[in-house]
Amino acid sequence: MANVNYMLRGTAACPGCPIPRELNNILEIAGKDTVLVVPASCSTIIMGDDIHGMPSVVPVVHSPFAAPSAIASGIKAAMNQLNKKGNVIVWAGDGSTGDIGFASLSGAAERNEDIIYICYDNEAYMNTGIQRSGLTPRGAWSTTTPEGKREFKKPLPFLMMDHKIPYVATLSIAYPFDYEAKIKKAMTISGFRYLHILSPCPPGWRFDPSLTIEIAKLAVETGIWPLMEYENNKLKLTGPSILLKDKSKRKPIEEYLKLQERFKELSDEEKRLLEEDINAMWLEIERRMS
Amino acid sequence: MNDKNFDFAISIPSKGSGGKTGLWRTKRPVINYDKCTRCRFCIIFCVENTIDEKENHLPEIDYDYCKGCGVCANVCPVNAIEMKDEAEV
Ligand SMILES: Cc1ncc(C[n+]2csc(CCOP(=O)(O)OP(=O)(O)O)c2C)c(N)n1
Ligand code: SF4
Ligand code: SF4
Ligand code: SF4
Ligand SMILES: [Mg+2]
Repeated sequence: MANVNYMLRGTAACPGCPIPRELNNILEIAGKDTVLVVPASCSTIIMGDDIHGMPSVVPVVHSPFAAPSAIASGIKAAMNQLNKKGNVIVWAGDGSTGDIGFASLSGAAERNEDIIYICYDNEAYMNTGIQRSGLTPRGAWSTTTPEGKREFKKPLPFLMMDHKIPYVATLSIAYPFDYEAKIKKAMTISGFRYLHILSPCPPGWRFDPSLTIEIAKLAVETGIWPLMEYENNKLKLTGPSILLKDKSKRKPIEEYLKLQERFKELSDEEKRLLEEDINAMWLEIERRMS
Repeated sequence: MNDKNFDFAISIPSKGSGGKTGLWRTKRPVINYDKCTRCRFCIIFCVENTIDEKENHLPEIDYDYCKGCGVCANVCPVNAIEMKDEAEV
């Protein structure tokens, strides 16, 4: 009995790439009446073409780097005009989301467009060869930060909460129940919904492809990637992250860093600064929860 | 696709958009069914969706497309999946 797949197997994604699984679990919930909007990224390649085939069971609109939110807004408006029901979902990388497409994202969020925006965050411009993005974490090697990135990771989930949109959530594919609950929740809400997935990338983060899920899990367990949900102006932690508000319950950050060669050259000072970033993020979470 | 004028984006879904990705494999995951507890972890976490659940709930790997990444072996709680050298199997 073959499983029903919503991203059909045999994609061009690297071995160990979590993107096909992440998309499958979204499309399984979103259903057939869905349009995906995908800006230039690894996912553009993964979505295939009319010669080699296409893995997605729903239509995919390929978009320029800066424009997915504007295009998705337009598709939704056209669907409304035609009285067609369905989900319009942007599926975009961190480079498009946090840097190049941020203006159109911010605009669509401020207009509270009735779309779902999902950022899969592999923390660099992977498709063009691992260049740093605004969402690359401090200290991480990339081809444009050969000595480690000097700046902090742009806090996109908080920035989107500040747009006062109806729903913001962070997700990890290592926690499929939390992941699916958030997708389901997003489907029941109208207006602009922003979901942000930390998406480990074996060649870009320099780890063995067998470790994808383990690393995604460690990101949550060490507290560098808190699972949370913002709704009706209220922020709460979800799943395993609820207990991690207590710092002593978090695993040491080394357990996450040591599996990835992108952090191999991390100096003690950089590690201290990275830990400060993480502490500041948790303080910000507490502030927003109270 | 060129013989029609579509008003709107469509998808013509098919397996193997990246080719027969099973040919990429250097290591082959092999399930030891004596050890398997049918927990479904490998099925849920296989990043390429290449593990099916059989009628008896046992997992079955689709070697045509499995890329040999080893995620399934890594997540299996009872070490029922061994990554064997493709050259030796
Ligand atoms: C305006 C523009 N600038 C640059 C590019 C080249 N480009 C294509 S994909 C890509 C990287 C995308 O990074 P990200 O959004 O993080 O997605 P990822 O590849 O990491 O999945 C770049 C720079 C482009 N297509 N358009
Ligand atoms: S480079 Fe990274 S994100 Fe891109 S397909 Fe490969 S594993 Fe996936
Ligand atoms: S080796 Fe990778 S692609 Fe193959 S079945 Fe295991 S998890 Fe899936
Ligand atoms: S993860 Fe291991 S025990 Fe669980 S179903 Fe797969 S092979 Fe069997
Ligand atoms: Mg990226």
